[in-house]
Amino acid sequence: MRDVAVIGVGMQKWGELWEKSLRDIFTESALLAIDDAGVDHIESMYVGCMTSGLFAGQEHLGSLLADYLGVAPIPSLRVETACASGGAAFRQAFFDVACGEHDIVLAGGVEKMTDVDGGGATYALSTAADAEYEVYHGVTFPGLYAMMAVAHMHKYGTTRDQLAHVSVKNHHNGSKNPLAQYPFEVSLDQVKNSVAVADPLNILDCSPITDGAAAAILCPLEMAGKLSDKPPIKILSSAHATDSIALDSREDIAWLSAVEKAGEIAYTGAGLTPSDIDFVEVHDCFTIAEICVIEALGFFDRGKGGTGAESGETAMGGRIPVNPSGGLKSKGHPVGATGLAQIAEVTKQLRGGFGERQVEGATIGMAQNMGGTGGSCVVHILGSV
Amino acid sequence: MSTSARYWREIPQRYRLEAAKCTSCGKQFFPPRLVCNGCGGREFEATKLSDKGKLATYTVIRIAPSDLTQQAPYAIGIAEFDGGLRVTAQVADVDFDELKVGMPVRIEFRRIREEGEAGILCYGYKFVPVR
Repeated sequence: MRDVAVIGVGMQKWGELWEKSLRDIFTESALLAIDDAGVDHIESMYVGCMTSGLFAGQEHLGSLLADYLGVAPIPSLRVETACASGGAAFRQAFFDVACGEHDIVLAGGVEKMTDVDGGGATYALSTAADAEYEVYHGVTFPGLYAMMAVAHMHKYGTTRDQLAHVSVKNHHNGSKNPLAQYPFEVSLDQVKNSVAVADPLNILDCSPITDGAAAAILCPLEMAGKLSDKPPIKILSSAHATDSIALDSREDIAWLSAVEKAGEIAYTGAGLTPSDIDFVEVHDCFTIAEICVIEALGFFDRGKGGTGAESGETAMGGRIPVNPSGGLKSKGHPVGATGLAQIAEVTKQLRGGFGERQVEGATIGMAQNMGGTGGSCVVHILGSV
Repeated sequence: MSTSARYWREIPQRYRLEAAKCTSCGKQFFPPRLVCNGCGGREFEATKLSDKGKLATYTVIRIAPSDLTQQAPYAIGIAEFDGGLRVTAQVADVDFDELKVGMPVRIEFRRIREEGEAGILCYGYKFVPVR
């Protein structure tokens, strides 16, 4: 296997992009990544997308997007594992380069979520849960994460305020991210008094509905200097793990074992431990998700994740900054694109000189992307060279 | 809209609570599976979900999927039954303030939803508090 580097990343402003179609959104980000790397061609591409069929009535994305990017007939494949589709597309691109099949590969992620109304979007997202034994009974995604929150609060004494602190912290970080959908601060009271969605989660505990895309260009590390003048960022490890998609089938409702497993594989692959990681982008689709994820990745003891944002340990300048980008909460969550946006953030941080949002002295960063209620998880560790 | 087969295929579980127990390691499944994820066994004996359980967690859905907006707000939970089996369903006939982890519930046969423009009635199980 060859060492692999990220030499280009691209992402446009996320939000409700009424003027733009799925193919435009994807192509814009892909071109940004290609131009960032400075390459004149790509040889293969992977597209992470959860459910363009339900959101936009469009499947067969690999070919459609290769054509619109003007790169057909290169091989192009859509990758799906719910909200972790972007991370999974990046992982496929990593393998494509590592095994020597292609030298310059694009990994992109996209979701166009506003071509359906709120009910349509809720339905499309619900297909990441068990259709016959969860969704049939009327559970929603906020509802599933709310049940994780109730279990976590009951077992470990995690508080409503601790949940809200995650949102406050991520919005604070996101207020410095010009590409974020909601780049503004929120207060603890605003989170706790926002519209109830599924008790105890309110709307400001939930990531939003977003249109957006993000992309990265990968190549063999040894060719990076020749292909691009950007500092190469090495992929130190890539990991993927699964769990039951039905929350009720898990041994522990308040524990994300696929995240734990993917984290273990990623640490082992890179020869690192949690204390070696300078910052992490995690999948905070709901405030409770960030709390469970930072425990499963070993940054906090089991049951102690609630203290992370409350104590400031996960803030910029804290022991382990979590979601410098603003996370899914502030930046937005176009599901298939999220994993690639995390890679874009980690890459820019590791290049350095990232302005206000720079994690000082960062040389190793992690990206954790998760599908459903944790039925799939993709983790990457990247490092400056 | 789905065909009726998608609905009647689940009737053994939704109406009769049919579960399965791995004959080699004893792990129970609802719904039944073809392979035991505990030991890899492929043989099962038919069992039935006990109708008495305890809430392991719960929430109140305030913003519902479009086909259930008229029912909202409604309680939903995961209950644990004998042998450690856990099942997701709505909690009916409950004051939301009563909901708590460990609350005893039993399973009752109830209407779950109406499907499509004709309002075809779909049935299944809900939890109700044991008082």
